[in-house]
Amino acid sequence: MQTPAPFGYERATTIDDAIATLQRLGSEARVIAGGHSLLPMMKLRLASPEHLVDINGISGLEYITETEGEIRIGALTRHVDLLNSELLAERFPLFRDAEEVIADPVVRNHGTIGGSLCQADAAEDLSAVCSAAKASVVIRGADGERVVSMEDFHVGPYMTAVGAGEILTEVRLKVSESAGSAHEKVERRAGDWAIAAASACVWMEGGTFADVGVALSAVGLTTIHLTRAEELLRGKAPSYDLFTEAATIASEDCSPMPDGRGPVDYKRHLAGVLTGRALRRATARALNEEA
Amino acid sequence: MEVTMTVNGERVTHDVEPRMLLVHFIRETLDLTGTHWGCDTSNCGACVVLKDGKPIKSCTTLAVMCEGAEIRTVESLEVDGQLDPIQQGFHEMHALQCGFCTPGMLMTTRALLDENPNPSDLEIRTAISGAICRCTGYKNIVAAVHWAAEHERTEV
Repeated sequence: MQTPAPFGYERATTIDDAIATLQRLGSEARVIAGGHSLLPMMKLRLASPEHLVDINGISGLEYITETEGEIRIGALTRHVDLLNSELLAERFPLFRDAEEVIADPVVRNHGTIGGSLCQADAAEDLSAVCSAAKASVVIRGADGERVVSMEDFHVGPYMTAVGAGEILTEVRLKVSESAGSAHEKVERRAGDWAIAAASACVWMEGGTFADVGVALSAVGLTTIHLTRAEELLRGKAPSYDLFTEAATIASEDCSPMPDGRGPVDYKRHLAGVLTGRALRRATARALNEEA
Repeated sequence: MEVTMTVNGERVTHDVEPRMLLVHFIRETLDLTGTHWGCDTSNCGACVVLKDGKPIKSCTTLAVMCEGAEIRTVESLEVDGQLDPIQQGFHEMHALQCGFCTPGMLMTTRALLDENPNPSDLEIRTAISGAICRCTGYKNIVAAVHWAAEHERTEV
């Protein structure tokens, strides 16, 4: 039987309440939302927080809205709502691509975007999705809010810029009519972690890439931002050769570990194939040419 | 700490350790052993119960996280000797062999039919993709859900 080690448990009813409780309890306290990443890790003793602060009772943290040219997603928004959001499907379709293959429908009823990002597991899809879409996150503490880019948010494996006594409250995405995006994943069976997954987002301007975001899941200790591929594509017109070159960079710049899901050479190959597919699909969507 | 929730229509209050998982609260504290406890890692779906109408994996939820919640377990399906159509469907279509996955399958597919009274094969297979049957009766499980859906539609 797997049961977490003993811990103290408190419920927060507002964000300020959660922050005050976290500060009072110190650095060994963790926020629990859906719990579908944290509780399994606690059962395996990979995480042993002394206190949990349950934020599920905070109202007003589950939303997906478009305001001031940005999509804003509340940290407690469940995977199922990200999957079903027509607004996200229209603006950033890579979310729906990813959500269709994140865990299974029952897990998606409970797990949250804030929890997924704060877990910062390299095999988790939404970290790559948000990196490719160049999202920023709002982190709130006792001294107020700060807005952090995904690059600064990811500090290391399972480590983020969210400090002790702080809480992630919102994810923001800049809306652009010229954007297209896609997420491609290969898994052994439904609900399993990815063998590899690639997220791509492109912003077009006059037939060339004004900007590009590409990120990989499950092929390194952290989510991999493919900055070298992004630089290669920026300012160029889409072409088969260009995507092939970007795919080669993805194979080179990832650092997968061999495990039951496959050996290193296979995972590198797969990272390249999925990067090429995600880029082609993202570009087709930006140009309204998706087959 | 004290937790109060409604389980199968009955309000229950118990003093539990915060680390107690909902599945153990249901099975051991409430003695409702219909809910099964399988993989412990939220993969197998045997422990699925409904929380406020939505299926959740009770092995990956703390009992204390269910304060004020409405929980439904497999024991709530049959009423006064009358099987729920989904139970009848599993019976008619022989959708179980060993029966270990059945409570989770029943609750998962009950929730599916509550939301979508006429699901396609693909919708059923997607809904149960987080539930594992190792006798591998998926074909008959899908048929059972269709059976229940048809009978619920004609009864209304």
